[in-house]
Amino acid sequence: MTAAVFIGCSFIAFGPALALCVCTIAAEPLRLLFLIAGGFFWLVSLLLSSLVWFIAVQIGGSNNASVKKNLLIFGVMVSVLLQEVFRFAYYKLLKKANKGLMTISQEETLPISVRQLSYVSGLGFGIMSGVFSLVNILTDSLGPGTVGIYGDSPQYFLSSAFMTLAIVLLHIFWGIVFFDACEKKKWWALALVILSHLLVSGVTFQNPQYEGSLVPSYIIMMLMATWAFFTAGGSLRNLKLCLMCRDKDFLLANQRPR
Amino acid sequence: MTELSAHLPQFQHGQLTENFPDNHLSNTNDNSERRRHDNSERRRNDNPESETNGQPQNRAQQVVEQDEEDEELTLKYGAKHVIMLFAPVTLCMVVVVATIKSVSFYTRKDGQLIYTPFTEDTDTVGQRALNSILNAAIMISVIIVMTILLVVLYKYRCYKVIHGWLIISSLLLLFFFSFIYLGEVFKTYNVAMDYITLALMIWNFGVVGMICIHWKGPLRLQQAYLIMISALMALVFIKYLPEWTAWLILAVISVYDLVAVLCPKGPLRMLVETAQERNETLFPALIYSSTMIWLVNMAEEDPEAQRKASKSSTYDKQANQIQNEDADMDDGGFNPEWEQQRNSRIGPLESTPESRAAVQALPSNSQASEDPEERGVKLGLGDFIFYSVLVGKASATASGDWNTTLACFVAILIGLCLTLLLLAIFKKALPALPISITFGLVFYFATDNLVQPFMDQLAFHQFYI
Repeated sequence: MTAAVFIGCSFIAFGPALALCVCTIAAEPLRLLFLIAGGFFWLVSLLLSSLVWFIAVQIGGSNNASVKKNLLIFGVMVSVLLQEVFRFAYYKLLKKANKGLMTISQEETLPISVRQLSYVSGLGFGIMSGVFSLVNILTDSLGPGTVGIYGDSPQYFLSSAFMTLAIVLLHIFWGIVFFDACEKKKWWALALVILSHLLVSGVTFQNPQYEGSLVPSYIIMMLMATWAFFTAGGSLRNLKLCLMCRDKDFLLANQRPR
Repeated sequence: MTELSAHLPQFQHGQLTENFPDNHLSNTNDNSERRRHDNSERRRNDNPESETNGQPQNRAQQVVEQDEEDEELTLKYGAKHVIMLFAPVTLCMVVVVATIKSVSFYTRKDGQLIYTPFTEDTDTVGQRALNSILNAAIMISVIIVMTILLVVLYKYRCYKVIHGWLIISSLLLLFFFSFIYLGEVFKTYNVAMDYITLALMIWNFGVVGMICIHWKGPLRLQQAYLIMISALMALVFIKYLPEWTAWLILAVISVYDLVAVLCPKGPLRMLVETAQERNETLFPALIYSSTMIWLVNMAEEDPEAQRKASKSSTYDKQANQIQNEDADMDDGGFNPEWEQQRNSRIGPLESTPESRAAVQALPSNSQASEDPEERGVKLGLGDFIFYSVLVGKASATASGDWNTTLACFVAILIGLCLTLLLLAIFKKALPALPISITFGLVFYFATDNLVQPFMDQLAFHQFYI
């Protein structure tokens, strides 16, 4: 494998996230902080889910490949649920922190709005998730080897990169919808987010039949994108104004906290 | 430890540093009260101290109102200061990890330091555990002894000894270690180099480093040098400490840091209190400072300080010492943790007496005009070093490889963030090691043993969570 594969796959998977970071997060230290904290929360959820999986494997104990695979599937489901639990925990923590900051500084407005927080936390979760999924694979792609020499799919790296991209973007959208649902107590929306996460992880069980896994994931991602867009206050009118550079709110957005 | 002081002379090469001076978030309240009497410099130093120092220096009467204002400013600018510390810590870790991954010299076992005499190549696990415990115990006791020696030297005013010690340490670090590092990098990349060019390069690097660190120089250059020497020191530790010993030492050092800084009879605390009693600043230590703009605050000098400033226009040791001591007191923030080679900022710090004199000549409305945004934060170099040791060891020896490295990295950053938050809440000197190192160690072992097999299996089947 070559450097081209490495660079290509890393940019496929992390290009949008990097662009988002550079354009929206890098300038504001508070957002960067919450991004890293979001990543930390995802990491803790991963730790706990690996612990659960590890214990299950120790109890399950057999060397049977299918039993192992089933335990892995169980681990994946537990992991998804724990991630959502930690997203909720992060939401609670952010609310408290924001409230604390507001009372101490005696200002009328929050230093950072819940919407921004939902975006930032989603991005944090997404980046950590993507990085942990892909980084070891990327380092392997730099070294020597032939992909698929034992009959596995030769598109391993490319499909991994695309799947990671989908997951990263999905985490952003899930974050936005999730926080909004928590704010407005729309529990059905919450359940839908969790279900869609489970669904996306579930379709990856069909790998290496990538049509079965990548296509549904991207469809779900598009649906979540539109849902998140409308949840965050977007509308067709806004979109039109923005694209034609006539949206005054957007043009002034950088000049005041929202 | 309150205040900053913390410059404890470093230990000689091969020793772990003291945690002392590092990690002390200064207690701005304490400082402001004490400074009431002493004016200026101390206060000045306060500012850079860390976000807690959002507080401008105040007179005693203003302390209360200032506190409230300051809290608000602290929180507002707290995030900025946290990021100002994240950047150099990240950079140091990146340098260490990049070196570990590319230059094999630092992962090769070429013996051990004399402070860790017991080998870990033993037949049984029990023996290995015992040896590593003994190694860690020896190392920690060496550190404790050196710390106490330092406190004693300071108490009996043997300043020249301490200064000489510090200068020798920094010379060793800047010339010898960087020479070895450069040699190994050249070997790795198969670059042909002659001794004459090498000598010129090392000479320039070292001399500019000494000047920047001990005297004055551009802020960015000074920061870069401090990061480089922290990375060099961390690499030495990574190379010469065997595995279990390294982890144990990290754990014990964070406990020691906690004890030394917070206990009433802790050596670091005693050192700071002695310095405060004498109205001196502690010896300059390796402290990473993110800004020099605190010079502006020096304008409100007391005549004494001004005299000192004008007196030491040359490299007068005595005057410099006093200047530095004053300045050091101001160096609040995290008290630097002394690493083995500690450069003393015996010479003027970023601000030299000359610069201070120049600033002092300015009209002194500094208190009112202090811009909280310009206040910087300081972190001891020992913290840099131990964070980098943790992450470097994780990248060198972990089976989870990059996952483990990244997990430790994030854990350390979050620990640092929590420490700064505690600093903002408690406003007194706090050690910066314990929380970060604890998180780092927990995440290292958890990721290496639990997460890595899980992620491995997931990647094998291409499942995504």
